[in-house]
Amino acid sequence: MSHTILAFAEQRDGNLKKSAFEVVTAAASLAKKLGGAKVVAVVIATQSVGNAAELGGYGADEIVLASGDAFAGYAPGAYSRALKELCEQKHASALLLPHSAQGKDLAPRLSALLLAPLVADCVGLDVDGGAIVARRPVYAGKAFWTVKPKSGCFLATLRPNVFTPSKSATAAGTPIAWQPSAQRKPRVVLKSVIAPEGAKTVELTEADVIVSGGRGMKGPEHFAMLEELAGALGAAVGASRAVVDAGWRPHGDQVGQTGKTVSPNLYIACAISGAIQHLAGMSSSRVIVAINKDKEAPIFKLANYGIVGDVFEIVPALTAEIRKVKGA
Amino acid sequence: MNFVACVKRVPDTASKIRVGPDGRTMDPAGVTYVVNPYDEFAVEECLRLKEKVGGTVTVLTVGPADSSKELRHCLAMGADRAVLVKDDQLQRDPLSTAMALAEALKQIPHDVVFFGKQAVDHDNAQVGLLVATLLDLPAVAEVVKVELGSGTATVQREAEGKIEVFELPVPCVLTAQKGLNEPRYASLKGIMAAKSKKLDELAVAPGEVRIEVLKMEPPSARPEGKIVGEGAAAVPALVKLLREDAKVL
Repeated sequence: MSHTILAFAEQRDGNLKKSAFEVVTAAASLAKKLGGAKVVAVVIATQSVGNAAELGGYGADEIVLASGDAFAGYAPGAYSRALKELCEQKHASALLLPHSAQGKDLAPRLSALLLAPLVADCVGLDVDGGAIVARRPVYAGKAFWTVKPKSGCFLATLRPNVFTPSKSATAAGTPIAWQPSAQRKPRVVLKSVIAPEGAKTVELTEADVIVSGGRGMKGPEHFAMLEELAGALGAAVGASRAVVDAGWRPHGDQVGQTGKTVSPNLYIACAISGAIQHLAGMSSSRVIVAINKDKEAPIFKLANYGIVGDVFEIVPALTAEIRKVKGA
Repeated sequence: MNFVACVKRVPDTASKIRVGPDGRTMDPAGVTYVVNPYDEFAVEECLRLKEKVGGTVTVLTVGPADSSKELRHCLAMGADRAVLVKDDQLQRDPLSTAMALAEALKQIPHDVVFFGKQAVDHDNAQVGLLVATLLDLPAVAEVVKVELGSGTATVQREAEGKIEVFELPVPCVLTAQKGLNEPRYASLKGIMAAKSKKLDELAVAPGEVRIEVLKMEPPSARPEGKIVGEGAAAVPALVKLLREDAKVL
């Protein structure tokens, strides 16, 4: 085993996120393609992480748990410097992170610290002639690149919901405590967190299911109907650019080339006709459902399933039907 | 205060993207270029901050000579000075771009360096944080509000549905998220004034390109879809398909 692959397993409030299992699974599969490599999962936290040992079952040969007060609050500097140190200590040939809010914030810092190029938002990893190659969307998914970075350490963030976690072993691992070198005082200080009422619990880019509304919803008040459908599905609510520009929904809800690029398992587009910049942001969803009154709407070209008709009748019926089958 | 907004020219988001004959780069035929929309938020915020506290706004880009058109647009919006680091490399990777910008910034006075959170062409969302780390400046990405104090900036960032409020010392690097502001249109007066403003060229040695693009492809075609039916009557059939066919429920 000449290679070591580090997998950053993200946690939130002492519990590993789904992305942690995705990243470790991807690292294990890459290790296999490289003809054998040691997979080291790295968990960084201020407290103990209850399910860290489970990573062993997903292919982590070693689980490193770095904890300390330096990682409290918002500390991308401390995180990235700790990861750099570990990368060097382990002579890692690759380091994988999730393309989540946290992963996106610390991976570029790490790239600059290591002077290793970062391949962001990967949807595929492979080995070609001994070198790691990655596939990633560009132009919000209007095209895809296959890239080969030239570097001592391959650095990449992985798009959520793409690398399906898979259990490869029954054995759980034992997390090993690791202490990074002393950290300097952070210069960016978190003063407060404002949680608006009805704050989203599911982040759009990491959601399994998204219910999205377009201009055909006719007004912000009608989004309550989409919230209800989302509630029944455990989904996040998204919106088209027209809706966000009209001020009906917050900017963070926008799906599309100037908003968020998403790839959920199920995307339900309600009264969205399908402007090119919206389609770019959601076309890699696994299953797309379109509900629109215009049967010629471009969204139907992309959708796996479509219903032509009035969203104001169809959406409540869909919510009721889903409650019925889920309750069954 | 010295404000610097780093900008990039990108294909308009309404553009169809086609793969060029080499199979590795975009076919530029028929593509209209604009200032990256997130970078426009950065320029606008620098202009607003300057209007509040005084100072100068410089726009900086690494790109082909044609990028002077996008720089003129920023000058027409109200920026005082533009700097072009001429670079004909078509597909520069984020780290080499950041190294060039960091070198350029060593020659440009800066208190607040603003970027868009990402360019909507290659969607890397890296350059702002790379430059900050290379120059060892504190940074917050994806801000939606900025207030300047004495020697500090207080910024808000939207993350996972919550708003986080940060304080950081100046000089610093910030990247702009949608919602920060509504960029102004360039007025006719602004466009005229832009003609006499300074557009300097700066020669810096760019970093080595270390990400090679092997292949560019259109997205794989989606399976042929089907219209399940019309109106609410089609709902039970749709749910059945989602459960039994697609297995997503």
